[in-house]
Amino acid sequence: MTDRSKLAPGYDDLHGKPVAKRLHWGRWMAAGILVILLGLLVRAFARGQIEWSVVGQFFTAQAILAGIVNTMFMAVLAMFLGIVLGIIVAIMRLSSNPVLVSVAAGYTWLFRGTPLILQLLLWFNIALVFPTIGIPGLWEGRAVDIMTPFVAALLGLSLNQGAYTSEVIRAGIISVDEGQHDAASAIGMSRMRALRRIVLPQAMKVVLPPLGNEFISMIKTTSLASVIQYPEVLHSAENIYFANSRVIELLIVAGLWYLIVVSALTPLQMLLERHFSRGTARRAK
Amino acid sequence: MTIRPMVAIRNVDKTFGSYQALDGVSLDVMPGEVTCLIGASGSGKTTLLRSVNQLHPIDAGAIWLDGELLGKRQVGQHLHLLSDREIARQRRATGMVFQRFNLFPHMTAVQNIMEGPIQVQGRPAREVRAEAMDLLARVGLADKAGNYPSELSGGQQQRVAIARALAMKPKLMLFDEPTSALDPELVGEVLAVMQELARSGMTMMVVTHELGFAREVADTVVYMDAGRIVECGAPTQVLADPREERTRNFISKVLK
Ligand SMILES: Nc1ncnc2c1ncn2[C@@H]1O[C@H](COP(=O)(O)OP(=O)(O)OP(=O)(O)O)[C@@H](O)[C@H]1O
Ligand SMILES: [Mg+2]
Repeated sequence: MTDRSKLAPGYDDLHGKPVAKRLHWGRWMAAGILVILLGLLVRAFARGQIEWSVVGQFFTAQAILAGIVNTMFMAVLAMFLGIVLGIIVAIMRLSSNPVLVSVAAGYTWLFRGTPLILQLLLWFNIALVFPTIGIPGLWEGRAVDIMTPFVAALLGLSLNQGAYTSEVIRAGIISVDEGQHDAASAIGMSRMRALRRIVLPQAMKVVLPPLGNEFISMIKTTSLASVIQYPEVLHSAENIYFANSRVIELLIVAGLWYLIVVSALTPLQMLLERHFSRGTARRAK
Repeated sequence: MTIRPMVAIRNVDKTFGSYQALDGVSLDVMPGEVTCLIGASGSGKTTLLRSVNQLHPIDAGAIWLDGELLGKRQVGQHLHLLSDREIARQRRATGMVFQRFNLFPHMTAVQNIMEGPIQVQGRPAREVRAEAMDLLARVGLADKAGNYPSELSGGQQQRVAIARALAMKPKLMLFDEPTSALDPELVGEVLAVMQELARSGMTMMVVTHELGFAREVADTVVYMDAGRIVECGAPTQVLADPREERTRNFISKVLK
């Protein structure tokens, strides 16, 4: 212990003096303004030409519920295919085979370079180019029968998603330390096994936050499939308001459903991120 | 009868672009012997170890491991390059320990050790786990089986890395400056594990700046400079009474 008598005099240790609370004037003012603005907004909507009872009535309508199920079904399926495609294309892009590299680069260039709505319309109308499609000699069918709105939307959305996802996954793979490849090789792993067991699980940690973003974006992008008659939730809402002219009410119904679904996904994403960050985040002892 | 060397390196060249990292390197490593490689930074020590483990192809020369030609097959008068799959098979006979440990961060210590035997050798998990626990005990980490690498000290990580390499039951162990990334007080525990391994009869090639370890454990010390082997002999000779001027300069610099 330090000898108190040797310390320089005149420096009080301030023991026992209470610390006064800081007044956060800025925060209080900002909150006040926000409350006033919100109040005005609520009043405007309450007085506006919106029949809230119609919103409530159609919120759980059969067609709307079927629509949101179709939206989710399409989003999950297209995202899944998009990720599979993205992984394959990312691996092709990083391979030493120049043919694979250019095929992968060409794919990404083509699908990222054109508007999605154009791609959807092209797939849906493919019968104009190829009246029959199939594997020559094995199986053939009329394009109009095969290219249903569902198939066209799935094809368009997943091919487009694959192009974006491949770039995200490629960045994730590159972010994994070179030494991990060496260590995997040194225990005799083949390139593919090292990728699957060692590199991709570590890349996932980097890739998941942007992929979560992409999935949320995908849920909303499925609404584009309404232009090719795929019965997702926006398309259902449109069909209803064409009949009853309650345009705003039904758009609000669809909007609320998108918000609900997207909000439900956030905790799910957190769970996934925690799983793939194992080993890096220190566990509580 | 002469003993067959575990590793026979013959006239190996390796260039990176226009830079010659290995220049006509030849060396024998006998079974059960420890060879320490010393030399200044950039002299080609890592490049030589990586060549032996086929982490990169060599430009010229040949490397034989326990009588088997690495990376190529002789068919009559011609040489054929082996496929990636065959090279991966050859690598299983060699364990490697890296300066920066390179443990798999998403796996626990025991999972790191089990990964090779299960995934690469396809052996049953139960049997492999028992062996992995034995190996952990051997490197003094029996109580750390369930810890992730981020929860281990540098010295502990390196010992897990040694156990991971040993799990493949290699004929040859390569060490590339295994203690250079460690705090001084952790160097000893890793060297002790390596010394025990040497005593058990493992053939080892060790790149190190720990001349004390080389003096005590090595059967042969190799001094490299500018991609060539300058001097090679018993530690008593190379370390205590070097023939070459360059070797003497290097050793006096390291000891300083
Ligand atoms: N992948 C690579 N690409 C280009 N040059 C390289 C590569 N690997 C090594 N080199 C060069 O080859 C030479 C030998 O490198 P090497 O890593 O074998 O040296 P070292 O003896 O292990 O040195 P250190 O003690 O610093 O580890 C160095 O000049 C290095 O710059
Ligand atoms: Mg080196």
